[in-house]
Amino acid sequence: MRVVRIANGAGFLGDRITAPRELVEAATVDYLTIEHLAELTMSILARQREKDPKAGYAEDFVEIIRSLCEPLKKQPQLKIIANSGGMNPLACAAAVSKVLKDAGLGDTVIGVVTGDDLMQDLAAAEFRNLDTDEPLSVLPREKIVSANAYLGARPIVAALVAGARIVITGRVADASLTVAPLVHEFGWSWDDLPKIAAATVAGHLIECGAQVTGGYATDWEHSHLVNVGYPIAEVNEAGETIITKPANTGGCVNFRTVAEQLVYEIGDPHRYYTPDIVCDFTTVELKDLGNDRVLVTGASGSDATSTYKVSLAYRDGFMASGQLLVYGLDCPAKAQACGEMILQRTAAAGFPLARTNIELLGQGAGVPGSWFWRKYQPPGEVMLRVTVHDPNRAAVEHFTREIAPLITSGPAGLAGYAAGRPSVRPVFAYWPTLIPKSLVIAKVQVQTAEKFA
Amino acid sequence: MTSGQLMFVRDLATARSGDKGNHANIGVVAKDAESYEILRSRLTSVRVQSHFSGLGITRVERFELPLIGAFNFLLYDALGGGASRSLRIDTQGKLLATSLLDLQLRLAPEV
Repeated sequence: MRVVRIANGAGFLGDRITAPRELVEAATVDYLTIEHLAELTMSILARQREKDPKAGYAEDFVEIIRSLCEPLKKQPQLKIIANSGGMNPLACAAAVSKVLKDAGLGDTVIGVVTGDDLMQDLAAAEFRNLDTDEPLSVLPREKIVSANAYLGARPIVAALVAGARIVITGRVADASLTVAPLVHEFGWSWDDLPKIAAATVAGHLIECGAQVTGGYATDWEHSHLVNVGYPIAEVNEAGETIITKPANTGGCVNFRTVAEQLVYEIGDPHRYYTPDIVCDFTTVELKDLGNDRVLVTGASGSDATSTYKVSLAYRDGFMASGQLLVYGLDCPAKAQACGEMILQRTAAAGFPLARTNIELLGQGAGVPGSWFWRKYQPPGEVMLRVTVHDPNRAAVEHFTREIAPLITSGPAGLAGYAAGRPSVRPVFAYWPTLIPKSLVIAKVQVQTAEKFA
Repeated sequence: MTSGQLMFVRDLATARSGDKGNHANIGVVAKDAESYEILRSRLTSVRVQSHFSGLGITRVERFELPLIGAFNFLLYDALGGGASRSLRIDTQGKLLATSLLDLQLRLAPEV
């Protein structure tokens, strides 16, 4: 039975830049997917586009394509599907095309999927917050920085049908990057729910890169992660999937790594919503075949809903976070006092802060209130971390100036101020909502790199 | 009267956690069928919510995936504002799984 091999070379924007090339050099795959868009990445990219109309995409992808020019020449079967277009897929295509053209790959056909960006159509639907049911009108329009529908696999399939070798999208559901090539290669019908479910599960399992090949695993000592291999889903025409990784790489693929990833960042496992299907993960069965191969079968699902999820972000003031190392047997009390001193001095300067948090790293601050830590003796040193959030940028700026002075005006036994003042960053808060699919029109443009450049 | 033996969740399962907006999830994969049954009866949503009482969680929902011997715990409002607004070092709940493995369960005494 025919098998299509789909690899994933990035699980987020900032993942290992050399992984995609290492992957395609270590294994022959039909498709390489690149997943660059976490929930809030879009708002960061939106802000970059505000400053420069030609920016707003994952620049890592341009570097990745540069690293893949040789493999693209040597491996005619290799295709790439990436959501690295972010807020500006066409600009991403232009940048990538220039690299391809310079490498003598100007005839490469590129497909670009747009239409997920809803910023021009915010009046088109009655948006309500998925968690709170508040209407969008509670947010001043000028505070909204980005609003993108999670598109599905269909427009990617359209680009592949039109002959694209590289498909660049904006916001699409992560699993759809894998669903699309399988539907394209096997000609599966969208009504064939067990197949669409199988493809969705395969996509969900590989979308976080090395998290299914031994990364992020509880049993880290046995995983040999230095040269961890990134994942490959081998899917046959019946939808049976084997999760594996290239030979002679680190990491491991076994029942446990795959099972943990199946339940990663999900809600109700009976209803995993994507634009392509409502998938049921509870019917999935895993069989460890040994040699870093796990067979995945049994996925099921029901028809997709009539709405797309929308990831909308709005400006919500400013944040900053500073740290100091506090040393000595009295360090917990001393660190707490230092944190309070910083906040009191900021308030006394005329800047009371809306939200503040003092954390003593090394004292169980990672999971506040976790009883487990109380059994341990206090350590001889603790890292003080103070984080603040306020609508007023000047107040947060002032806070950042009150940390280093403790070195001369606070208690003895402090270090770690040499890195300088912490930076102030704008906060983009997340406002999840839905939009009827009928109101969103995905567009697909397919042409050669020569023309996009 | 004997009180039952204490066992760490880490002796029964592995786990990983992540974020869903301001909610967090913890996937727990049992090491074998016997461990799955112990977790099923002892690692209740109430027990998990009390373990994480310092986080301000409003509700914990537990889902079962018996075919792979796993559970998914959904911890509502666990992240102090979620990835962008949280003031905590662990903005995305990445540490919650490790903390859950440190939880101790008291097994039913032998009769």
